[in-house]
Amino acid sequence: MRRSRLILWIFLAPVLMWLALLIVLPHLDLLVMSFRAKDEYGKMGFSLRNYVTFFTEPIYWLTFVRTAVYSVITTFFTFVLAMPVAFYIVKVVRPRFRGALLTLVLLPFWVSELVRVYGWMILLRESGVVNFLLKKIGLVDAPIRMLYTDAAMVMGLVYTSMLFMVVPVISVMDSLDDSLIEAACDLGGSTWSIWREIILPHCKPGITSGAIVVFMLSLGNYLTPNLMGGKNSLWFTEQIYNQFIASFNWNQGAAFGFLLLVLSSLIIWAGLRISRQKLGEVAS
Amino acid sequence: MIRSLPNSRTYIWSFRVFVILYFVFLFAPLLVTCVLAFNDSDFPSLPWNGFTLDWFFSPGPKRVGIFHDAQNLRSILVSIETALAVSALSVVVGTCAAFTFERERFPGKGPLYFLMLAPLVIPGVILGVSQLLAATTAGAFAETYLGLDLAVFRPSFWLVVLGQFSFITTFVALVVAARLRKFDRSLEEAALNLGATRLGVVRLIILPYLRPAIIGAGAVAFLMSFENFNTTLFLVGSQPTLPINLYLQVRDGSTPVINAISLLLIVGTSCLALCNLTFSSKES
Repeated sequence: MRRSRLILWIFLAPVLMWLALLIVLPHLDLLVMSFRAKDEYGKMGFSLRNYVTFFTEPIYWLTFVRTAVYSVITTFFTFVLAMPVAFYIVKVVRPRFRGALLTLVLLPFWVSELVRVYGWMILLRESGVVNFLLKKIGLVDAPIRMLYTDAAMVMGLVYTSMLFMVVPVISVMDSLDDSLIEAACDLGGSTWSIWREIILPHCKPGITSGAIVVFMLSLGNYLTPNLMGGKNSLWFTEQIYNQFIASFNWNQGAAFGFLLLVLSSLIIWAGLRISRQKLGEVAS
Repeated sequence: MIRSLPNSRTYIWSFRVFVILYFVFLFAPLLVTCVLAFNDSDFPSLPWNGFTLDWFFSPGPKRVGIFHDAQNLRSILVSIETALAVSALSVVVGTCAAFTFERERFPGKGPLYFLMLAPLVIPGVILGVSQLLAATTAGAFAETYLGLDLAVFRPSFWLVVLGQFSFITTFVALVVAARLRKFDRSLEEAALNLGATRLGVVRLIILPYLRPAIIGAGAVAFLMSFENFNTTLFLVGSQPTLPINLYLQVRDGSTPVINAISLLLIVGTSCLALCNLTFSSKES
């Protein structure tokens, strides 16, 4: 018995160190810092000022709302695009092409996000490849502004987080029995009703875990909104960065960070609640 | 509808066109980036002026190829060092975590498991911010109470390593735990019957069994660390990693050298990804 205690501690000690020192303590520190501010004498003390600033300055909470709304839009588009792709790979294409298609779908996502965003910048900017080709075939006379718009930003976010929707949806769709769809077709079900009554309900767990991950990644993304979004439209992570690095107001930044953490945790909790899943199931 | 049912030609073809368009969407940015690395032009854009290898091998002074670009080469080296340190650390602690949660029983296991999954749902920016805060607090503490000025607690190489380690370990733990779950317990019982110690069983039987999962997880950890941007952004000191360095260059205007680096990254990560995929499919 003593032996097995020893073994338990050999495994447990590094894990405890990791979680306590690098996860729990830093986030407690974040919380504490967010409630501290200088008073009128320049002395640090407990204060709600950082949060009051957030709610009274429209630029801050508008950015917050904007980030959340665009993340929801991104999640929706990712879902709409991922469903037919997954369906094609799992149910339509001949089985011998399946492995190759799956590999092709996964491959771009191993490449650094920065490289992918850079690729889109080369394609979309005014001197970019798409504008060059459009001019060449005579569709437009002057280059169109495509990069640095909200549409480009949402597209970039969809592109970046696509994989995290496709993979879980493919894995649940795999377990959908073909005979259910065949029976529905024999009984005269329309394509739309088959999707609504059979495929979507069956794929719900995969869609939920995909949506949670995509939403969270969009919310916390910095590169894509920063490099592809408009110059005067901020993402909330950029606000956090500005507070920390540009204004050096760490307490304000900590408050923003904590608010973002609360928002993302709330959405994830709600998503899990609605689909009656546990975090552990989604993670694996 | 699906492959086992009779489908109209229009259905099959329109679906095929959709999937082809999807793949164009997926690969266009990467392909364009790679092609423009060879364009004989000072900007990464069309028109095509002819083939050149200047952006790889030119020694300067007008064009500096990547293999002569000291700053970018240094950042690649920093990234490799960081990734090696992170994958080594996270493989050790992640394997310990897999053993802890798969094999041991102790009070508080449920909440601790939940805590281990937390890094999956904490946005990377927040992890970076809170790590920065905690390190600064720890540094201030060490200076006032111990009279030590510790460089570890300032934004630096080791802080980046710790920041990335804090969430990559969770991924390693999940991969290793998934394989450990499939381990045949009777092998262990046989070894114990034959007089092996428990640590001997771990060393001689379980670890060799886990080796493919550990190697795979190590490779993924390496890639994740190499490409990480969000967490690193806040922790980086005077030695920028490659993504940070590229970001600064992309933000302030771009030259085809970035295309050349991107091409190397795309080729490198694709090779690693394909190795990993074939390796893991052979295992299963």
